Amino acid sequence: MTTKLMGEPVRRREDLRLITGRGRYTDDIGHGAAAAAFVRSPYAHARILGIDVDAALDVEGVIAIYTYEDLVGPMAEPLPVLIPHPQLTAPRTGYPLARDVVQHVGEAVVMVVATDRYIAEDVCDRITVSYEELPVVVGVDAARAATHAVHEDVPDNVAARHHQETGDVEAALAASAHTLSFTQYIERSACMPMEGKGVHAVWNHDDSSLRVHTSTQASTSVRAAVAAKLQLSLEKVEVVAPDVGGGFGVKIVHPWPEELLVPMAAIALGQPVHWAEDRREHFISSAHEREQRQEITVGYDDEGRVTALDVRGWHDNGAYTPYGIIVPIVTATQLVGPYAIPVYRVRIDSVYTNTVIVTPYRGAGRPQGCYAMERTMDRIAQDLGLDRAEVRRRNLIQPDQFPYDHHLTFQDGRPVIYDSGNYEGLLDKLIALVGWDRAEERRVEAASRGKQLGIGMAMYVEGTGPGPYEGGHVQVLGSGKVLVSTGLTSQGQGHETAFAQIVASELGVPIEDIEVVTGDTRRFGYAVGTFASRAAVMSGNAIALAARGVRAKALRIAAEILEADPDDLEIDEGVVQVKGTPGTAIPLRTVAVLSNPLRYAFDEAARQATQFAGPGDDSKPPVAVGDAPGLEHVDYYSPIRSTFASGAHAAVVEIDPTTWEIDVVDYAVVHDCGNIVNPMIVEGQVHGGVAQGVGGALYERMAYDADGQLQNASFMDFLMPYASEVPDVVIDHQETPSPLNPLGLKGAGEAGVIPGTACIASAIEDAVAVRIAAMPISPTELYDLVRNPDAERVPAATPGVPA
Amino acid sequence: MKPAPFGYADPTSLDEALTLLADDGAKVLAGGQSLLPLLSMRLASPATLVDINQVPGLDSVVVTDDGVRVGALVRHVQLLHHAEAARVQPLLARATANVAHPAIRNRGTTVGSIAHADPSGEMTSVLALTGGSVTVATPAGSSAVDWADFFVGPLETSVHGPAVVTEAFFPALPPRSGTAFEEVSRRKGDYAVCGAGVTVTLDDDSRVVSARATYISVGLVPEVHDLTDALVGQPAATADWAAAGALARTLVDPDGDLHASADYRRLLVGVLTERTLARAAQEALVR
Repeated sequence: MTTKLMGEPVRRREDLRLITGRGRYTDDIGHGAAAAAFVRSPYAHARILGIDVDAALDVEGVIAIYTYEDLVGPMAEPLPVLIPHPQLTAPRTGYPLARDVVQHVGEAVVMVVATDRYIAEDVCDRITVSYEELPVVVGVDAARAATHAVHEDVPDNVAARHHQETGDVEAALAASAHTLSFTQYIERSACMPMEGKGVHAVWNHDDSSLRVHTSTQASTSVRAAVAAKLQLSLEKVEVVAPDVGGGFGVKIVHPWPEELLVPMAAIALGQPVHWAEDRREHFISSAHEREQRQEITVGYDDEGRVTALDVRGWHDNGAYTPYGIIVPIVTATQLVGPYAIPVYRVRIDSVYTNTVIVTPYRGAGRPQGCYAMERTMDRIAQDLGLDRAEVRRRNLIQPDQFPYDHHLTFQDGRPVIYDSGNYEGLLDKLIALVGWDRAEERRVEAASRGKQLGIGMAMYVEGTGPGPYEGGHVQVLGSGKVLVSTGLTSQGQGHETAFAQIVASELGVPIEDIEVVTGDTRRFGYAVGTFASRAAVMSGNAIALAARGVRAKALRIAAEILEADPDDLEIDEGVVQVKGTPGTAIPLRTVAVLSNPLRYAFDEAARQATQFAGPGDDSKPPVAVGDAPGLEHVDYYSPIRSTFASGAHAAVVEIDPTTWEIDVVDYAVVHDCGNIVNPMIVEGQVHGGVAQGVGGALYERMAYDADGQLQNASFMDFLMPYASEVPDVVIDHQETPSPLNPLGLKGAGEAGVIPGTACIASAIEDAVAVRIAAMPISPTELYDLVRNPDAERVPAATPGVPA
Repeated sequence: MKPAPFGYADPTSLDEALTLLADDGAKVLAGGQSLLPLLSMRLASPATLVDINQVPGLDSVVVTDDGVRVGALVRHVQLLHHAEAARVQPLLARATANVAHPAIRNRGTTVGSIAHADPSGEMTSVLALTGGSVTVATPAGSSAVDWADFFVGPLETSVHGPAVVTEAFFPALPPRSGTAFEEVSRRKGDYAVCGAGVTVTLDDDSRVVSARATYISVGLVPEVHDLTDALVGQPAATADWAAAGALARTLVDPDGDLHASADYRRLLVGVLTERTLARAAQEALVR
C-alpha cells in the first residue's frame, strides 16, 4: 500500500536532488545576468555627506550605479512596517538605499550593477562615501540609558512598550509566602542559513511583465511588495521561491531592500539582474535575534507553586522595526509555558540600537521566554530544596484543564488559549528517557573521571500554525499525475514529501503520482508564508481539504459512469471502485479526462476515456451550472486561533574543572506536535533545532564592539556548532491531537531550539553549583564565573565581549 | 567576496618562479588555504599570484636519522600519515592532526603555514620547539634560516624580496626524549584557544634532564620556553608536572580575544603543560 501514508516515516522525496547538488537555488538561475553589489555603511551611525562615484565610472564593465537620489515614487519612501501594533508607538524603517543617515554597519548606501560580481565589487571599491560619524548605541543597557538616540526623533530609544497582565501582580506578590527577584541576560545569534539571500529579476519588455526569483519565505508577499513599490499591476509580477537553502526566519522579512532594488534595475536597464548575498553581507545586513535583559520577580508557596510572576524585560530590536514587535510579544505570551500562573504581568520595552535589525529567528522570542520561566522554576527548587522536576510538576496545567485560557493576547491578536496538551505526560516520559533519577549515580561516576556532571531540564509550549490562512490546489491530470500546489514556500523542511503523503492518504493515489509545488505565485497566488511552525498545520490542512474536494468530485463523476451511489465508492491506488466489487472500477485518470467535456483525442488517455463516455443529456448544458471542467479543487484553511505544541528537553553536561570545557553528553527530547504526518521529518526538525539550541547556549554570539562594529562577521569567529559539538539526541513522541484542525496537527519546525539555552544553563549550574545568569556561556566565561561567583556576569558591559 | 583583479602565473622551475616574484606585488601561492580567503575578502590584493605547484622537486618528505625535510608542496595530510617521519619526530603527526579539518589538510601545505607565520598555526611552533629551520631560495641562491631568525611578528618573517621557502627541516627527536601535543579549541578543528607542544629528555636513571614547551595562540611569534628548572633531576614517574605548569604560566604573556581572556589562556598554558609533559615523559621512558 502506498496510499495510506499519514504518520509513516516516508523518505524525503527531495533529498536525492538536494544532497547530490541538483537543487536549483536563486544563484543557479539565469547565468549571464548582470550582477549587483552594494556599498554598505562602514559606520554604525553616521550622516552621509557625499557620494563620489567618478572614479568608479571608468571601470570596464560597470553598467549602472544607484543611490537614494535615483529612487522615485514609492521606492523613495521608507520601507513598510509589516506588522503594526498599537504599542509600537515609534516604528522606524530604513530606505532601500540610505537617505541621509545610516543606522548600522552594513546598511546599503549604493547599488552597483556590472557585467559580473567581480567587477561590481571592483566598482564598489572605487566609490567614496564621506560620512560624519554620530554617537553609537550598542546593547540594551546603552539603549535604556538613552545618553544618545539612535533615531533623532525617538530620544528614549523605545520603539514599543509591550505590556500584558492577568491580574494585580503586586498584590499577589505581597500575599505570596516566598518571593525571589533576579536578573538574566541572553545574547544575540542569527539564523545563518547555508544559502544567504538572493534575487534574480527578468523584465519582459514585450508584455511588460516581471519575473523575480528570490530566496524568500513569503513569495506572494514579495510579489505584492514589488508590485506596489515599483508601481506595477499585480498580474504583471511573478515571484518564485526556487529551492531555498534554509531560512529559519530571516527570509520571512520582506521586502528586503535588494528584493526591490534588483527588479528596479532589471526594469530600468532592460536586462536581467542578479544578486547573491555573501556571508559578510548576511552578517551585517540581514537580521539577528535573541538579545534581552530580563528582571524577574516570582511569588510562590511552600510547595513551590507559583502564585505570581512579574517580568520586566528589555528587547534589543536593532536599528529598525520592519517586522514590528512580534519577537517581544512572543516572549511575553509564550513565557508562561506549560504552567498555570495565577497572576502574571509582563512589560517588555523594545529598544533601538545601532545594530542589525532583529526579526524572528527559529523560536522567535520563545527561547528567551522559556529561559525566563524555566530558570525561575530552577530557582524556586533551589530555594525550597526541592527536586527541579517536582517543582515543575506541581505547576503544570492539568490534562482536564484544556482548553486553557491564559487571558493573554498572542502575536496574531487572538487569545492565548491552549487547545490541548498533556504536560505531565511529557514530564514523565522525559524523566524516564534521560534517567533523571540516576543523576546522582552518574555524578559520582563522572567525578571518578575528574569531570563535574550536571543535569538540567526545560519545558515549553509553542503556539504554532497562526493564521490568517493558507490554501491548497489539487488537480488530477488525464495522465494520472496529481498536481499539488500551495503558496507558502519551502526551505528544505520536506514539504514535497509531507504534502504528498497527505494527498496520497486523502485521495487514495500512489505518492509516486503526486507532484508538489510551493512558493510559486504562478501556481498559487494567495499565501501568508513559512514561519511560526505553520506549514503543516496551515497548508497541510488546506491541501487535505482541497484533496477532499477532488475526491468528492471524482466520486460524483464515477458514480454516474458506474451507475452507483457515490457513498458506495472508494478510491485506492488511483482507481475508483465500488466497495467490495473490485471489477466495477474506473481509473481516477480516466475520471479526470471525463471531467472535461472537451476532450480531443490527443493521447491514449483521452481515447480510452471515450469508452466510458455516455451519450450525454441533450436537456442539460455540457458543464452543469455551478460545476467546472477539470478534476481539481482549491480550498483554504483558516484557523480560529493557533494550536499549541509542547515538549520537554533534558541535557546532561560534563565539565572539565581544569579547562572549564563544557561537553553536552546526553540530550533527551520529548515532543508533542499533535498528529504526526511523518515522524522522520519531525525528528529531523528536532535534531536541527537542538543543534541551534546548543549553538545558542554555548557558541553563538554577535560580538559588537562599542563602536557598533561586528567583530566576528565570518564563520571563522562566529561559532556555529559542528556535528562534533552536537550531542546525539534521543527522542520520544507524545501525540495529543489538536481539536482545531481537520488533521489534528500542531507545528514542529521550531520546537527543537526553544528550550536549549534554558536546559543547558540549568545543567551547567547543576554541575558547577554557581548561578548561571547570562547565556550563552563559553569556557573562558565559566572560568571567570567560578572564580568570582558573585559577579553573575549580568550584564556584560558590551555584549559579546568577555570581560 | 570576490577578489580584486590579480595576475596568475604557474612557473615550471624555481628560477622562473623567482624571476616572477621579483615583480612588485607578486606573492607565492602553494595550498592557498590562508591566502585565498584573504583575497576573497579583499584583505590582500597581490598583483600576481605565482603558483609554485608546477615547480618540480618540492613535493617530497625526506626522512633521515637527523630529521625530517618537508618540501614546499607537501600537504599537511602527507605529513599526518607519514610513518617514517613520525618515527623520527613524533611531534609532526601529533601536531598536524590538530591542523584545521581534512579538507584544509588535503590542500594546505606545511611549509606554507610556516611561511604564513601565523602564531595560531601549529607548525610554526613545532618548527620552533624542534629547533628547526627553513630553506629560503632567492635569486642569489639558497640558504638555511634558523626558526629564531625567521619569525619576526604575526604574519611576518625576515624574508623580503623575491624568495620561496622551499623546505622546512624538523630535527629528529633525540634519544631518551618524548614529545606530546594538545590543544583546546572552541570547536573541533578550530584555531586553538591555546595549544601546547612539549619535549622532555631523561637521563639513564629516568630523571628529567630538560623540558621545553611551545604554545599555540599565545604570544605574537613562536617561542620556546625552558621549563627544566621546575623538573630537573626529578624521576619521570613522580615528577611535579604541575610545578612546571605553574612555571609556564609565569613565562607567557597571552592576549585576550573574542574566544578567550588572557587569564583563561594562561590557565590553559598551565593545564596543557602539565598534561603534555606527563605524556611526553612516558614516551621518553621507552625511546
